Amino acid sequence: MSRNIYSALLIFAAILFSFPVISQDHNHDGHDHSGHNHDDHAGHDHASDQGEHGVSCGHGDEHHEYDPAATAIHHISDGNVLSIFDYPLPLPMILKSEAGLEMFMSSKFGAHFAGHENGEKSYNGYVLYEGSAHRVVDAGFPMTGSVDLGHGAFTHQVVNIDGKDKTLKYVCYENKPYKIDARTTLDGGMLGGGITSFWDLSPSKNVIAMLLVSLLLFFLFRGAAKKYKEDPLKAPSGVQGVLETLVVFIRDEVAIPFIGKGKYMKYFPFLLSIFFFVLGLNLFGQIPFFGSINATGNLTLTMVLALIVFILVNINGKKDYWQHIFWMPGVPGFVKPLLAGVEIMGLFIKPLTLMLRLAGNISAGHIAILSFIGLIFIFGDLYGTLGNGIGTVLAIPLTLFMMAIELIVAFVQAFVFAILTASYIGAAIEEHH
Amino acid sequence: MFLLLDFLPFQPSPGLAIWSVVIFLIFWAIMAKVAFKPIAQALETRENDIQDALDSAKTAKEEMSNLKAENEKLLVVAREERSKMLKEAKNTKNQIIADAKDTAKGEASRIMTQANQDIQNQKKAAMMEVKNEVGAIALSIAEKVIKKELAGNAEQESFVNSLVKDINLN
Repeated sequence: MSRNIYSALLIFAAILFSFPVISQDHNHDGHDHSGHNHDDHAGHDHASDQGEHGVSCGHGDEHHEYDPAATAIHHISDGNVLSIFDYPLPLPMILKSEAGLEMFMSSKFGAHFAGHENGEKSYNGYVLYEGSAHRVVDAGFPMTGSVDLGHGAFTHQVVNIDGKDKTLKYVCYENKPYKIDARTTLDGGMLGGGITSFWDLSPSKNVIAMLLVSLLLFFLFRGAAKKYKEDPLKAPSGVQGVLETLVVFIRDEVAIPFIGKGKYMKYFPFLLSIFFFVLGLNLFGQIPFFGSINATGNLTLTMVLALIVFILVNINGKKDYWQHIFWMPGVPGFVKPLLAGVEIMGLFIKPLTLMLRLAGNISAGHIAILSFIGLIFIFGDLYGTLGNGIGTVLAIPLTLFMMAIELIVAFVQAFVFAILTASYIGAAIEEHH
Repeated sequence: MFLLLDFLPFQPSPGLAIWSVVIFLIFWAIMAKVAFKPIAQALETRENDIQDALDSAKTAKEEMSNLKAENEKLLVVAREERSKMLKEAKNTKNQIIADAKDTAKGEASRIMTQANQDIQNQKKAAMMEVKNEVGAIALSIAEKVIKKELAGNAEQESFVNSLVKDINLN
């Protein structure tokens, strides 16, 4: 009986999940797809020949054909609005540029329901494009106050600079395109990003997700901790029982085997924090229509976690650990420097893999789900309404299957992160006799 | 890897980095203090308690089995004692019976002997009496006979007496 209810709920969820994208697709209806396609290609091919930017205003991004890759990337990216059922909930903005520090709510960008998370207003020279704040860099744009841009004010263009494709983004104001800056990235300019004209320090939707998950975990665990304090000898009940299963699992399968029975207590709270933080965010990202959170699939967050693990491991490294890195005992003298090189590389590769594994796994799951949902629109573009139907029939079982897999992945990846952290700590504090 | 980083969600953004560090460190600090340490300690307390309970149960069980073994030993000893006592009682009974029998036999034979002797004596006395009686009767008969035929024949009387004397009734 309950199984039937669950399957019904899941199917319902899968259908609902596809709704925002369907509503987006409605914007395509009534436009001549092929015509735009030609325009687009022409624009790209002859970018350098045309005017100042080679960009024409008058039709925004929304008129493009459905692009599964762009949709997926948009949905797994961080953003400055939290879309609940395609309604963009405003979040606080903290932006820093040479014009000074600005703090306001992202409702100032005037994003509407089913509006692709694109704002219809600019505020102090900032605009909301695909959910993220961008700053207008071209001169002539009114940089103070609120400016009405209208619907579909954004366009982008792919240009080839030094043999590398680069996407330039523009905002149209009074039918003139103005270039907008990319987001600030900490890649040191390696990837064409780097320090831009502004810093976005806002608590983005991933930050909100982290706060919500942290608070939820805090209240769950505080309740459980109270019960333990009242009578530690009582059998666990309710939420306490669920949490205890996981806590005991982490202790017996992760902490004690890798760190040791005598020493694990010092690192146990950290391992539990890592495990539950990652697990909570992994599961939070599975909730459909809740902002398409992808916090643990975001490399920035996993980088931070990996960095904290890296610091914790190395400040706790004992003499033996460093000796094994720099001057491996028990091998011939000439091998020692070679091994030291490998070990020093390993020192940094360990957190790097930790960072990439989690982000890659979670993002991949989200992309797979978005791709299956995307079948509805790919078929729709090819065969119209009939295609939408075929796509839906295909998308529902595939998405259901993928969501089930994702639930497993959420647990497995949190466990893997915790167990690798424990093994790194264990290796660092091990003492050979 | 650079190709991976070309990917929007994989580009490190400073805002998210700062917020993540702050949130995670606060999460770690608060959760460790409020929840994880007390829970870990409570789990340890409970597990120690359970272990203690199991240990004491084991000890109690061992004690019980020891007690049982002792009881069994005692029982065996008691059983042996009982059978020994039974055997002794049987022996005593037999002894008593045998003694009684012996005594009875002795008494009986003594009584028999006495009786026999009495009988012999009585018999002798009776015989003597009978002899005397018979002698007297015979004498009186003979006297009468002889009186009739041999009045006063002393020689014959003594001869008859000697004959009577010789008659020995067993």
